[in-house]
Amino acid sequence: MRRLLQPDGSLVEGGCSRLGPEQLVEALRWMLLSRLVDARATALQRQGRFGTHSPVKGQEASVVGSAMALDPAVDWIAPSYRELPALVRHGYPLERILGRSMGRSPAATRIPDGVNVLPNQVALATQLQHAVGLAWGLRLQGRPGVVMAYFGEGAASEGDSHEAMNLAGVRRAPVVFLLMNNQWAISTSREVQSAGQFFRRAEGYGFAGVQVDGNDLLAVFEAATDAVARARAGEGPTLIECVTYRLSFHNTTDNPRRYLPPGWLERAECEDPIPRLEAHLAWLGLWDQGARAALEAEVAEEVEAAVQAALAMPPSRPEDLFDQVYALPPERVRRQRQELLQHVQEP
Amino acid sequence: MPEKLFRVALREALKEEMERDDRVFCIGEDIGLFGGSYRVTEGLLDQFGPMRVVDTPIAEEVIVGSAIGAAISGLRPVVEIMTINFSLLAYDQIVQNAAKIRYMFGGEVTVPLVVRLPGGAGHQLSSQHSHSFEALYAMIPGLLTVAPTTPEDAKGLLKAAIRTENPVMFLESMSLYNTRGEVPDDDYETPIGKAAVRRVGRDLTIVGVSRQAVLAGLAAQRLEDEDVDAEVIDLRSLRPIDWSTLIDSVQKTNRCLVVEEGWTTYGVGAEVAAGLQQRVFDDLDAPILRLGGAEVPMPYNRELERAAIPSVDDIVREALRVVGRRVAA
Repeated sequence: MRRLLQPDGSLVEGGCSRLGPEQLVEALRWMLLSRLVDARATALQRQGRFGTHSPVKGQEASVVGSAMALDPAVDWIAPSYRELPALVRHGYPLERILGRSMGRSPAATRIPDGVNVLPNQVALATQLQHAVGLAWGLRLQGRPGVVMAYFGEGAASEGDSHEAMNLAGVRRAPVVFLLMNNQWAISTSREVQSAGQFFRRAEGYGFAGVQVDGNDLLAVFEAATDAVARARAGEGPTLIECVTYRLSFHNTTDNPRRYLPPGWLERAECEDPIPRLEAHLAWLGLWDQGARAALEAEVAEEVEAAVQAALAMPPSRPEDLFDQVYALPPERVRRQRQELLQHVQEP
Repeated sequence: MPEKLFRVALREALKEEMERDDRVFCIGEDIGLFGGSYRVTEGLLDQFGPMRVVDTPIAEEVIVGSAIGAAISGLRPVVEIMTINFSLLAYDQIVQNAAKIRYMFGGEVTVPLVVRLPGGAGHQLSSQHSHSFEALYAMIPGLLTVAPTTPEDAKGLLKAAIRTENPVMFLESMSLYNTRGEVPDDDYETPIGKAAVRRVGRDLTIVGVSRQAVLAGLAAQRLEDEDVDAEVIDLRSLRPIDWSTLIDSVQKTNRCLVVEEGWTTYGVGAEVAAGLQQRVFDDLDAPILRLGGAEVPMPYNRELERAAIPSVDDIVREALRVVGRRVAA
């Protein structure tokens, strides 16, 4: 397993960081923002003002380190449902992501045109197949983009992931398969999921597979930039396994206390990627309490503004029930929409 | 107008659309080098090359799944699934994504996808290669589902399917590939959502689904000998259904028989019969009857297979029942 950053914040012997001071602080900013959104969204969900939320908590280095290898102007993200900071960095405004989970108007919350993010998938691993076609479609059109597709070690058990990676290998599609091995698929442990190592599957598909410490921002960024460069050069896909830990619940409907072995969470918390990155910044002499407080305040203000903007978004309209079932609605759908509008307008 | 084979009409539609629009490409199993299991895509690889005529691994779900991704990227994929039976492996991508993804996200993505689905029995391909699963697709909002029965419509509907922004399930009856018919020379589309009146009559309406519309036409000729004048409607579009053509016909004939090759329980005929009784109950002089395949997995044995799908004899018999003639058991 590739690791560059020690838990104490120092680099491993001979290790070299590809991230400069500004990028390190940018990464920490995304990670802190993500952690704060998790807390805020969970609180809102408990108040009945937010839908189901899947926290990123514990996996921020994997999500942010991989996303920072992408150029939002040309590259695409095919997300699962636990990659919020990657989407925001890529240009999907935070208030829209939050507004969507609050059930606000589809028009107000949609991904803006020109933002290269696919709608998030809660059907496991299906997005990997879209990613292959999208990547291949970009290449067919002579466009330079690379697609980063996120999935978990649980989704890796779905047949979809096999078919997607096999086709990607055959067609040398410019895709990076970012497997987030957070050890748990709800209550199903990594051991129950597979007897083998996930990153080794790449060899069977004829492309590179690497395993990195997913709580090590520097190692994730290094693997992701190498994979993106390979894809961009026409050298095909890469499978990156980020070994990380889910430090929260699967989502707000879950209660991990029912199944986590005693002591597991406490041990995993020692690997928390945020203190590790802060320790690295301190090791570099770039960090102190004052800098942290300033960054935390800035992020808190940004999250609060996004929450308020989302709460202020218009609700769904009755006609949203029928709009967008079809790009070109058949007559019957148009009529049903019209009847609904007449019904709601009657006194 | 020149006469052409059904399969050639389909091929011409693909060829002309690929010439007209660089975004159109074909993807499927054995469609390039081999020319397709039914020779529909023959010659396309030579003309358009392997980037636009894509032979894939044997993996139906990712064929459709990657086509959805390619459609989102701005292309217009035409998928060939070797038989509609194998499309069940891709049912998740078709139903969970192609049909829903636009709606789920407020119109963010458009999926202009065509899935060609050869199906139907009659060739001793047995139960895992020859079924009529029309209803599985026709029931899904977000999809359009069509089933042409003439070479002219095969070409015109395939062009319309490729040009629309909606995902289209394109059902091809394998038994029709070698049939001939006139095909216009000009560039035309057959509109999705319109049924075709194949024969005008006054005594009953026979609505045929896919190849059964052809058999219904043959049955109508036989019914002339019984002094029954049948109107034959080729449903063509299973979603949306052209209710106005059906209503006009049944208001005139007051009697209706629906014929499909698939199972009648929860089938297309059930939908047509229920929709008609709701709309024109007072015009009906008799219950609407449904005729479909035997409710068994498709048998391999030639005689049993023949017995499992409606024949012209069966349609004549049921039509006579609808008009109240005594029919020998």
